[in-house]
Amino acid sequence: MLIPVLIGMSIITFSIVHAIPGSPAKAILGERATPEAMERLEENMGLNDPLYIQYFRYVGNLLQGDLGTSVQTGRPVAEEILPYLTATFELALCAMLIAIFFGVNLGILSAWRQNTSVDYLSMVIALIGVSMPVFWLGLMEQWIFAQELDWLPSNGRMDPRMFFEPITNFYLLDALIQGNLYALQDAFRHMLLPAIALGTIPMAIIARMTRSSMLEVLRSDYIRTARAKGVREGLIIYKHALKNAFIPIITVFGLQMGLLLGGAILTETIFSWPGVGRYLYDAIHARDYAVVQSGILIVATIFVIINLIVDLLYAWIDPRIQYGKE
Amino acid sequence: MNMKKSLLIAVGFVLILSTVLAGCGGKSAGGQGKTLIYGRGADSPQLDPALVTDGESFRVTENVMETLVEYKKKSMEVKPGLAKDWEQSDDGKTWTFHLREGIQFHDGTPFNAEAVVFNFERWMNQEMKPSKKDDFTYYASMFGGFKGDEGHIIESVKAVDEYTVQFQLKESQGPFLQNLAMSPFAIASPKAVKADPAEFAQHPVGTGPFKFKSWKKGDSITIVKNEDYWQEGLPKLDRVIFESIPDNSARFTALQSGDIDVMDGLNPDDAKRVEKNENLQLLKRPPNNVGYLAFNTEKEPFDNKKVRQAINHAVNKKGLIKSFYAGLAEPAKNPIPPSMWGYNEKVEPYEYDLDKAKQLLKEAGYEDGFKATFYAMPEPRPYMPDGKKIAEYIQADLKKIGIEVEIVSPEWQTYLEDTEQGKHEMALLGWTGDNGDPDNFLYVLLDQDNARVPAQNIAFYKNEQLHDILIKAQRETEQSKRAELYKKAQHIIHEDAPWVPLVYSTPSLAAQSYVKGYQPHPKGSDSLAEVDIEK
Amino acid sequence: MSTNTPTIQKEEQGTGPGTEPVDSPLRDNLRALLRHRSAMIGGGIILFFILIALIAPLLLPYGYNQIDPDARLQAPSGEHWFGTDDFGRDIFARVIYGARISLWVGFFAISGSIVVGSALGLIAGFYGGWRDTLISRLFDILLAFPAILLAIAIVAMLGPSLENAMYAIAIINVPTFGRLMRSRVLAVKQEDYVLAARAIGMKDRRILFSHILPNSWTPIMVQGTLGFATAVLEAAALGFIGMGAQPPEPEWGKMLSDSRAFIQSAPWTMVFPGLAIMLTVLGFNLLGDGLRDVFDPRMKQ
Repeated sequence: MLIPVLIGMSIITFSIVHAIPGSPAKAILGERATPEAMERLEENMGLNDPLYIQYFRYVGNLLQGDLGTSVQTGRPVAEEILPYLTATFELALCAMLIAIFFGVNLGILSAWRQNTSVDYLSMVIALIGVSMPVFWLGLMEQWIFAQELDWLPSNGRMDPRMFFEPITNFYLLDALIQGNLYALQDAFRHMLLPAIALGTIPMAIIARMTRSSMLEVLRSDYIRTARAKGVREGLIIYKHALKNAFIPIITVFGLQMGLLLGGAILTETIFSWPGVGRYLYDAIHARDYAVVQSGILIVATIFVIINLIVDLLYAWIDPRIQYGKE
Repeated sequence: MNMKKSLLIAVGFVLILSTVLAGCGGKSAGGQGKTLIYGRGADSPQLDPALVTDGESFRVTENVMETLVEYKKKSMEVKPGLAKDWEQSDDGKTWTFHLREGIQFHDGTPFNAEAVVFNFERWMNQEMKPSKKDDFTYYASMFGGFKGDEGHIIESVKAVDEYTVQFQLKESQGPFLQNLAMSPFAIASPKAVKADPAEFAQHPVGTGPFKFKSWKKGDSITIVKNEDYWQEGLPKLDRVIFESIPDNSARFTALQSGDIDVMDGLNPDDAKRVEKNENLQLLKRPPNNVGYLAFNTEKEPFDNKKVRQAINHAVNKKGLIKSFYAGLAEPAKNPIPPSMWGYNEKVEPYEYDLDKAKQLLKEAGYEDGFKATFYAMPEPRPYMPDGKKIAEYIQADLKKIGIEVEIVSPEWQTYLEDTEQGKHEMALLGWTGDNGDPDNFLYVLLDQDNARVPAQNIAFYKNEQLHDILIKAQRETEQSKRAELYKKAQHIIHEDAPWVPLVYSTPSLAAQSYVKGYQPHPKGSDSLAEVDIEK
Repeated sequence: MSTNTPTIQKEEQGTGPGTEPVDSPLRDNLRALLRHRSAMIGGGIILFFILIALIAPLLLPYGYNQIDPDARLQAPSGEHWFGTDDFGRDIFARVIYGARISLWVGFFAISGSIVVGSALGLIAGFYGGWRDTLISRLFDILLAFPAILLAIAIVAMLGPSLENAMYAIAIINVPTFGRLMRSRVLAVKQEDYVLAARAIGMKDRRILFSHILPNSWTPIMVQGTLGFATAVLEAAALGFIGMGAQPPEPEWGKMLSDSRAFIQSAPWTMVFPGLAIMLTVLGFNLLGDGLRDVFDPRMKQ
């Protein structure tokens, strides 16, 4: 299953990337691209070989575990992409945590107070959240919280003055491991605005899903029974809600994690976050073929794997759902 | 969720929020010594200056590695660097450099004539590159190719004794000394290069005021003070961190909130805010560039000189400068910047006059105007902060004289490719000088030698008379004679109007006011040895 | 099918074999829709935008590309309701003309996705076999790409322009509609009346057009309305990173990215285009939700 998808992807990516007009040599040389220099560089990069040869060379290297070398930096893609991937992963995870926390609570609250102003307000928030252009939200956050109020930093992952050597490149985790509270606080403050921007849409989706599954729960017999027995209402609702919210949450988690990995480009652009979306976007601009091809393949593989896990989780939580039958 | 619980959550939130916001004041947390944070638009691709052509790499390597001769502090004139003095033979073909003694590379190996020879041999023989894909581009373009190539100008480089190096040229080259001062020709530690050229491109080792420390890809590069630097008392800073913040306005926000100390690529519109803010200072880089509008002179109707002149009259340069450069530019009339020797003051610029433009169009037989494609670059360049907007502005004026232009703005590489192939009818482009020589502008951008596809002369402008003058000036070694020739050349170009020379831009930087001694250099990257922080 | 996106699978669950298609008369549905409050609000917003887009020139004293260097970056006032941008152009005028662009792009991109996606989905679902395998794999592959990156790459290949951004958006949305159609077809194929039509020897094409298509269009319509919202967002995103509309087109996303330089000196250049995007997207989301509630309650979680 995974293999044909990956092969298909490698072909499509390879074709698109090579069909993009302009050569990497041009990207490197800019205004200074003399004909001689162009010729030399293209020869050096092996761009003068027929396309199919380039493709098979690429796949051959892939099979040997070689993801290629960036023409911009001269470094192996496998090595270079890692810090960018972890940067995005950390951002996406934090965005998800925010989304889940606020989404679930908002959903529960509005179901519990169905058809009251609380409910309407929550659902308006959720609706606006779903319709929010992330890049606009990011800009507004920057304007208000970083510029007008100067509460939070608007760029990057950490104050560069900080003496901090990442280990896993998950800054929050690293700071915690090293017991560096200054760094932890700083990383956290840098995380806040982009994570909120990125988390808004999943938050809204989770809120709406939680609400509707909660409404079903509230109508169910056992809640009525529990109420009749005089169990404290808030507690039951919360417990059942969490249980019921679980499925929508992992649904959204699986869907959005994949989207966030490749789709955080806009957030990364606005907050100068050195993440993988931005990295691949720059590589497309630079015609850095190896980086684009292998990078997209890596992101897609992660995406597919996350979805596999989500599917398995589904089956595990709710055995009624079966997969593999058409 | 009962009241108590929600109260608890609320309290918890307030607590978290207060610790988070408390960080506002504590920006110096963890810092020691004098640290300068330099905010810039992009990360460096590689740090072996001989392998790169982009400013973001030179910005760093210039402070780690040094050249035989250097540019003066504010101009493109040459002064001693690693070489304390030099002589030139009468025929201009032999150059002898006497090196400073007692200098060490950061790895402890001595700097001497052997090291210089090693570096030049490495470049001309194309040896010890990190990978097959790399190229010593600047070497080839400044010295006419590599060893064995027909145009290669350096015959040999010899170590006469421990501290004397002799260059033997095949023929005299006007800008030779100026070339040697360029960042790509900085001297690397032979030991470090030999050990691992790939590692060297990630971790440069030179003789400069700062040593390379660490590199977080896509994020920041840190260099630290070289305690054994050969110039007494320098550098003044203990640490410099180059941080990438791609967006200009985001970088400016970071500057205002004190996250960074210096930034380049200031949006012209923010310059006023810098000047109003007493905590900040505006640093102007002396212009060494030209932004221009090139006509494709091979295509109708731009093969008609009158049409080109008409459009020259229809461009409101002052308005452009006011709107998009916030006044930080001068209207251009020649293809070379006014600070350069050989600049022709006497050329009378085409003034902004739409009636005259209409008149000229009428004379050319295009009374009813015409349609044309107009390429506008998609990315900010040092000579043009926003090509698309400038094109939009010009578009509106041209409409008034009956010329309908369609703005085309493909991606940057495509843009360059299309223009060098001559797919455009009108196009915006510009040039930043490499070595401070007019030849580097006039010959490269307007000579017929460079008007063949793929062309750097994207006006495809060909003029025999001009060609003769430019070639003569290349061979001449006396500067005053060369200057006369270049003045003549500018006159011819003005009359033929293959371009609308638009602006000489003054790219500006902004810094905290406690940053002292920062002198932006016309070449585009700055030495930070004398920069200090006085809080 | 292990790489499916889960929501779509859930939808397939709901419409899987054994469940009956919603079969209430159109008129009832329309009446229900008119009573549906959020659908009406959403429809109202959309109608409002369509209206101003249509009569834009009548409304405005300024053209969207009327440059006035002396009126640069003016704050909102009686003369310029939304202020002016760095060209001195009236932002109100640009936002209103921008509605034309966004609606146009959204409409054509989604129509394209629907046509291509449905056709592929029909073929896959109806004929099965190798065609199904091939098409389903293609959908899997397309869905495995990070959508926005794929769009960027496609635009880079075709050259940045509004039209090409539209193609890119259409392409990345094809699998959504394709899968939906395929699952509907699979469900309808098992219905008695289709089996009966088969049994009496009806031709494939007639079965397709007279039975299967009419019984599959509601979820496509619902998804199409929601997809419209996504398409508007995607077009703005592409415009924002310079891979969409080109100057002087007043596209909202591009206006936003142009305004970044003035985030401090002229925040109104940023506020209004963003609000316009949000409202439009909100409108389509509301309407889509309403349509789903009315026409296809089972699609709802």
